[in-house]
Amino acid sequence: MINEGKLAMVGDGDSITVFKAAGVATFAVDSETQARDILRRIGKDYQVIFLVEEFAKPLKEFLKRFDEQPYPVILSVPSKKGSTGYGTEQLKSAMERALGVDILFNN
Amino acid sequence: MARLNVNPTRMELKKLKARLTTAVRGHKLLKDKSDEMVRRFSLIIKENKRLREEVEKELSETLRQFSVARSVTASYRAETAFSMPSVLVRAECGVASVMGVEVPEIKLVNEKKSDRLPYAYSEMTSEADFSVEKATQLLPKMVALAQTEKAVRMLADEIERNKRRVNALEYVMIPQLEETIKYIKSKLDENERAAVIRLMKVKSKV
Repeated sequence: MINEGKLAMVGDGDSITVFKAAGVATFAVDSETQARDILRRIGKDYQVIFLVEEFAKPLKEFLKRFDEQPYPVILSVPSKKGSTGYGTEQLKSAMERALGVDILFNN
Repeated sequence: MARLNVNPTRMELKKLKARLTTAVRGHKLLKDKSDEMVRRFSLIIKENKRLREEVEKELSETLRQFSVARSVTASYRAETAFSMPSVLVRAECGVASVMGVEVPEIKLVNEKKSDRLPYAYSEMTSEADFSVEKATQLLPKMVALAQTEKAVRMLADEIERNKRRVNALEYVMIPQLEETIKYIKSKLDENERAAVIRLMKVKSKV
């Protein structure tokens, strides 16, 4: 089953403008509460949502509920301030949960 | 391990034995499933790590470049230049199955390449053009990362659930059944011996 999907980017104004030009719908937010409201609103309409790490981190618990279903896909991406290592951290925790051992970052 | 609360009868014994066979078979199947899921998971997570590193590096670079480009233009001009996007990226969203777990499968739809920039060349500096171009090129990779990362998370959850099921069978269900079966067997044997002795006693009295 293939559906038409749309892309969205949620983040602070500076980090997302460039993706607007690239053809992604953008939603500027200033706080995590706003980010949460926006996500709740657009979660049904947009299939792929990029969320900057600054907001993904405090909303970790909230974002967990989206993991039950294949869509929407919410991906945390670094903002213009650079990567905080949050994505890798998430990866690591998923791996430890599933395998019990660290097979990627042996340290 | 506590045994189940059942009457020590032949009927129950038969039922429990059937349950034990099912439990053992289920345990084996689940364990095989778990092994295969872990194998798939380790493949996907390696891919995920590679993609994430690439995306993080390139994205940070793009954003940094873009903020430089923006800073040389007045901010309201930059806002207006980018306020009307001329292209809209679309994606095809399907669902793939990895060991019974439904994971997303996303493909970007290729659109025409003509006149991508939403602004006139005179409005913004060429750095902005570069970063928009770069962001556009980065998108397929970001979508691929989104897809694999979601798959990783879903698969991790499923592996965890499955592991719990395997452990419940292995350490609770099966020992319990075995113990109860043993108990019923010994009870039945005991009854049989009692009956024999009773017969012998009766016979000696007659």
